[in-house]
Amino acid sequence: MPARTLFDKVWSAHEVVAETRDTPAVLYVDLHLAHEVTTPQAFSMLRARGLKVRRPDRTLATMDHSTPTQTEQVFGRVPIKIDAAARQVRQLEKNAAEFGIELFGMQDERRGIVHIIGPELGCTQPGMTIVCGDSHTSTHGAFGALAFGIGTSEVGYVLATQALLQRKPKTFAINIEGRLHPGVSAKDLILSIIGKIGVSGGTGYVLEYRGPAVQAMSMQERMTVCNMSIEAGARAGIIGPDEVTFDYLAGRPRAPKGVDWEAAVSRWRTFATDPGAQFDAFVDIDAAAIDPMITYGTNPGMVVPIGARIPDRQGDAVFDKAMRYMGFRGGEGMLGKPVNVVFIGSCTNGRLDDLQAAAQILKGRKVAPGVQLLIVPGSQQIKKQAEAAGLAEIFKAAGADWRESGCSMCLGMNGDTVAAGQYSVSTSNRNFEGRQGKGARTLLASPLTAAACAVKGRITDPRDLL
Amino acid sequence: MQSIRRITSKTVVIDSSDIDTDQIIPARFLTTTTKEGLGQQLFADWRYRPDGSANEQFVLNHPQSRGAEILVAGRNFGCGSSREHAPWALLDYGFRAVISTEIADIFRGNSLINGLLPVVVDEPTSQWLLTHPGAKVDIDLESLRLTLPTGASVAFPIEPFARHCLLNGVDELGYLLSKLSDIERFEAARA
Ligand code: SF4
Repeated sequence: MPARTLFDKVWSAHEVVAETRDTPAVLYVDLHLAHEVTTPQAFSMLRARGLKVRRPDRTLATMDHSTPTQTEQVFGRVPIKIDAAARQVRQLEKNAAEFGIELFGMQDERRGIVHIIGPELGCTQPGMTIVCGDSHTSTHGAFGALAFGIGTSEVGYVLATQALLQRKPKTFAINIEGRLHPGVSAKDLILSIIGKIGVSGGTGYVLEYRGPAVQAMSMQERMTVCNMSIEAGARAGIIGPDEVTFDYLAGRPRAPKGVDWEAAVSRWRTFATDPGAQFDAFVDIDAAAIDPMITYGTNPGMVVPIGARIPDRQGDAVFDKAMRYMGFRGGEGMLGKPVNVVFIGSCTNGRLDDLQAAAQILKGRKVAPGVQLLIVPGSQQIKKQAEAAGLAEIFKAAGADWRESGCSMCLGMNGDTVAAGQYSVSTSNRNFEGRQGKGARTLLASPLTAAACAVKGRITDPRDLL
Repeated sequence: MQSIRRITSKTVVIDSSDIDTDQIIPARFLTTTTKEGLGQQLFADWRYRPDGSANEQFVLNHPQSRGAEILVAGRNFGCGSSREHAPWALLDYGFRAVISTEIADIFRGNSLINGLLPVVVDEPTSQWLLTHPGAKVDIDLESLRLTLPTGASVAFPIEPFARHCLLNGVDELGYLLSKLSDIERFEAARA
């Protein structure tokens, strides 16, 4: 057999019917994750057609996108403030009950952002196909799973059949040599990769992140990297599973146990790219050459090292429009620019190690006057862990607002928003116009950088505070 | 689903690249539980002023844009989230096709499923369209050709199965349901 890529192995292991010129492949879905925002119309479609959920055991639902992060609203002492969001939450409760799907509801201690809880519970495993009505499903690729976002109609298809129609994507090797320097994180790495290949550089590909820098990363860091594959246009990112992956999964509630565990690990080991396997495209990245990064524009590819200047592309319509929106000018330096809001959270950087990184900077320091710092754990479990580890105390002492888990200010549809014209340094993944609220200006950065900006009230290189 | 063979319409041009789904339909409108009515909020933050009045500068508010069924946009249209609300909003507004040199993956798939044609053209054709707003364009799904009012005609690609579904007004789910026995066999073989 010719040398094959990891992606190729996962793909062919799930081909129910292979693709032909005229028809896409029928691809089996191992795990379907669901949330309140992209599923209501899918369940309505099932109802309209008189269909059942074929494999309720393979779908897992949670509440994250439109759910509030204010404790009183989550724990029911006051109603959810946004009526339409409350309706979506009730709708998912009703749909899950009617169709027999497991739901981590509002007050469940396992609830959290869909891409955080899958791995946390050990549901996300190597070699699986995982889909969700959410583009950041690419996160789960960190475990050597083929994981990608789908639309609501496809959510319905998966519920009805446990399969999808898919054309096989091409493969793109992102070879990462060297090591990240202290103060430089996985977020900086992926931002720098997107800056290099562009926001549509990955369209049509599955990105396989490989090389010594990737092997040296924790699962949390790998998830941060895979999470933003979609920001380069790729539907999926994938990383070969190894001891780090197995160690992470061992003992998780939904991971295999006992003899099953041994069998699973030996099967998981086969999901590796063979030496000499061919990719359709590749790029080499030197991790040691990367600085903390920050975005200056209105897509994640508009990014520079934090100490650098905004490039001057005056006359380029897209650039000019972005500069007008952001209130910046080509050629300006990023350091020292004022900041109004700092958001630490999201499926990109809402895990415990992200909170630890932020705490490293915030410990014994205060948020600059006039700056709002919102810290939102990625899941209820992370919230508990952060509280047990004393991180929440550090945050509160610094003057931060500490919340229940959820997507929060990442997309601003749950009441957590940035006001028009304000500058928000955010650890999330999208700096699109209006993403965090109408007129909000988002600057994407790592948790270290975000925390440093909160303390100084200005764009600050986190290495100055370490 | 209605079958689609041909779309002939004047165009509306938004000459901007990387138009993401948050622009097409901002997240705060995703709290709906139906597909209907999203056309009202299409490009909301560009279309309306903070006080809710129409922003006359924005092309969809120009009188000559009324009735156009084809949207022409810059490179990498529809990037960002997987929200199917984006094609729902475009369709609800009255668009039936989007033309660009590059259309993001998930958006493209979502569009095909809903009967919004994602038409990918070469750079010169795109440039011509971007600089001739309101041009009357013909998109023929049967021959997979786009014809400009100049008479020039170019081929465009559409995934063959999606084309079959659109031409015949059938949806992918019917096909998937017809494969249930294969799916069951696959599950049995793995267990
Ligand atoms: S945190 Fe942001 S990117 Fe992640 S799932 Fe929620 S809304 Fe999407």
